[in-house]
Amino acid sequence: MWQWLYKLGSPRWFYELGERSLPWLWGATVFLLAVGVVWGLAFAPPDYQMGDNYRIIYMHVPSAGLMKGCFYMMAICSAAVLIWKIKMADIVAKAIAPIGVMATLLMLASGSLWGIPTWGTWWIWDARLTSSLLQFFIYMGIIVLRSAFDSQDSAARACAVLTLVGVVNIPIIEYSVEWWNTLHQGASSLGMRDASANPPEIWIPAFFTGFGFIGLFFIGLILRSQNEILLRERRTQWVRDLVAKETAGA
Amino acid sequence: MTTEATAGLASVMGATIRRELLLAMRSPGDVINPLMFFIISVTLFPLGGGVEDAFLATIAPGVIWVTALLAVMLSLDSLYRADYEDGNLEQLLMSPQPLYFLVLSKVFSHWLMACLPIIVLAPVLALMLKLPAAGIGALVISLALGTPILVLIGAIGMALTVGLSRSGLLLAVLILPLYVPVLIFGTGVVDAAINEMAYAGLLALMGAMLALAISLSPLAIVAALRISVN
Repeated sequence: MWQWLYKLGSPRWFYELGERSLPWLWGATVFLLAVGVVWGLAFAPPDYQMGDNYRIIYMHVPSAGLMKGCFYMMAICSAAVLIWKIKMADIVAKAIAPIGVMATLLMLASGSLWGIPTWGTWWIWDARLTSSLLQFFIYMGIIVLRSAFDSQDSAARACAVLTLVGVVNIPIIEYSVEWWNTLHQGASSLGMRDASANPPEIWIPAFFTGFGFIGLFFIGLILRSQNEILLRERRTQWVRDLVAKETAGA
Repeated sequence: MTTEATAGLASVMGATIRRELLLAMRSPGDVINPLMFFIISVTLFPLGGGVEDAFLATIAPGVIWVTALLAVMLSLDSLYRADYEDGNLEQLLMSPQPLYFLVLSKVFSHWLMACLPIIVLAPVLALMLKLPAAGIGALVISLALGTPILVLIGAIGMALTVGLSRSGLLLAVLILPLYVPVLIFGTGVVDAAINEMAYAGLLALMGAMLALAISLSPLAIVAALRISVN
C-alpha cells in the first residue's frame, strides 16, 4: 500500500501507469456512456410531469457530481503538496482544475437548458444554480492564481493554500446561499420533487452515465497529467528516450 | 515560565499594533482612502438608480454592505505591500514570536484603521439612503461582526498575491467569492431588523463565522506569506 503510494509520487511511474490504463478506461467509458445514453434517451419511460424534458438529467447530475468531486480531489492533492511536497500531487491538481471548470459549466448550461421548459426561464437565483456559479468563480480564482506566478514551486504552494481555503469555505457558502434562497424565494417555486419518487427505470441509466462521466474524468486527468509530466520532465533521460522512440516510429 | 511567555507575547502584540497605528497616522491616506471610496460609491447608487424613497430603502442594506465590502477589499493593499517592499515582512517571518499572534495583531490594526471609520459613518449614509430607522442598529452591529471576517479572509488573498506586481484585480477574483456568506448574513440581519423579525440567531451565526475566521485564517495567512516572501 505505502509502496504503491510512493510509486504514485513518481512522475515516470504515473506516466506509464496512465499509458497502460488508458485503453481500458476508454473502453469502459465508451461502453458506459453508450448504454446510459441509449437507455436514457430511447428506453427510459417519460416522466409523468416533465415528459421528455427530464432526460437532460443524464448529463446534468453526473456533471454536478464531477463539479464537487473534482474540487475535493484537488483539495486532497493540495494537502499532499503542502504536507509532503509531492510534485506529482501538484501536477494532478493542475490537471483537475480545468476539468472541474468544464463540469461546472456543463452543469450550469444543462441546468439552464432544462430550466427553459420546466421553469420558463433559463436562469433563476436558485440556491443550487447560485452555489454552482460561485463554485465556478472559485475554480477560476485558482486557475488565475496559478498563471500569475512565474515560479512553478510558488504557484504550486499558493494554489494549494487557496484550494484548502476554498474547501473550508464551500460548505459555509452553500449553507448561506441555501438560507438566502429560502428567504428570497419568489413565486417561481421550483417544484423539485423527491428523487426517490422516480421509478428505477429512470435512475438506472443515470448510474451508467454517472460512471461514464467518472471514466471521462480519469481519461482527462491522465491525458492532462501526462502532458504536464512530459513538459516538466523534458530534461530527464526517460522522456528523451520516449521522444526519440516516438519520432523514430513516425 | 508560562506567564513570562504570555507577557512577552502581549507586549509584542501591543508593539505591533502601536507600530501599525503610528504608521497609519503618518500616512493618513491608508485610513482616508477606503472611507472616501465608501462614501463616493454609495453616492453613485442614487445618482445611477433614482432617488425615490421606497427604491432607496429597498436597496440600502445591499448597497451599504457591498460598498463596505469592496472598500475593505481595496484597502487590503496597505496591509502587506509596504512591509513586503521594505523587507519588514521578512523580519516578521523570522521573528521568534508565534506568527499566529503577530499576524492577528496586524489584521486587527488594519481593521481599526480601515473598517472602524466605515462602521462609524455607515449610519449616516444609511439615513441618506432612507434605510428605516429600525435597521440602523442592526447595520452597525452586522458591520462590526462582518468586517473583521472580510479583513481576515482578504488577508489570505493579499498574502498570496503580495509578491506579484499587479495584483489588484487578481485579489478581487480570489476573495470575492469567499465574501459571499458575510454579505448574505450581513444584509440578512439588516433586512430582518427592518421587517421587525428576530435577528439574534443570524448575529450568532456571524459570530461563529468570525470565531472560525480568527482561529483558522491566520494559519493560511502565515503559509501564504511564507510562499510570497520565499
